[in-house]
Amino acid sequence: MTDTRPIPTFDDEPASAGRKLCIICSKGSLDMAYPGLILANAALGEGIETHLFFTFWGYEIINKKTMAKLQFSPVGNPASHMPTAVSGLPGMQSMATRMMKAQIEALDVPAVPEFLDMIKDAGGHLWACRMSADMMKLTQDDLYERIDGVIGATEFIEISAGAQTLFV
Amino acid sequence: MLVTIAGRQVHVNDEGFLTEFDEWDEAIAAELAADIGLTLTPEHLEVVRFVRGDYRAHGTTPTLRRVTTAGGFATKRLFELFPKKPAKKMSYVAGVPKPIGCV
Repeated sequence: MTDTRPIPTFDDEPASAGRKLCIICSKGSLDMAYPGLILANAALGEGIETHLFFTFWGYEIINKKTMAKLQFSPVGNPASHMPTAVSGLPGMQSMATRMMKAQIEALDVPAVPEFLDMIKDAGGHLWACRMSADMMKLTQDDLYERIDGVIGATEFIEISAGAQTLFV
Repeated sequence: MLVTIAGRQVHVNDEGFLTEFDEWDEAIAAELAADIGLTLTPEHLEVVRFVRGDYRAHGTTPTLRRVTTAGGFATKRLFELFPKKPAKKMSYVAGVPKPIGCV
């Protein structure tokens, strides 16, 4: 039978062949943790090899002690549309964090630890920055269990060869 | 456009996705799966039935995240059953549009 109906190419699309994505996560606030995680998850769902590199404040995302407690601060953020004098009042940060977490949950977007699980289950790679670990006196035991390794900048440059790299 | 799949006339879009929810059946699913290199197993069908049920109930194709949380299928297993692009592949086989959600 010579049916000429269209069939999606999925795996063979030239634009995605051999595509690789590296995302450097350098911020430790709740609102800045999500962009990297969401893009990584989307890339993995498209069959793209994906690496996340956590450095400096980004360690908050993979530090067992902090990963579930990231905060959002309206201070110094004009996009929060809160008067500067008000945004710094006691209790404002925890209130803003609570509100943001509720909104995230309402969209069925997972909390940070579960998001990392999802990325690992989807085949993603998580790397922790060696210098940050040394500065903060942390070892791999202090970090999320499924980290692929603690690596230096040179190793990350090797891993990211040929990749599209985003700095968040 | 009108095409023949599993001996039946059905409507598909430019990419080959079914456009009429009710034109789908398991014989068509098996042929759609074969199109993209998959052999449809009962486990695939279980996922596909969830995707169709969720689409029917909510009017949108569930994202991969939703298939795991609401459907109870493990992320890892979904990547094994529908390699590389699970969300797109399962929606193709299920005869529903590609999912548009972010997570």
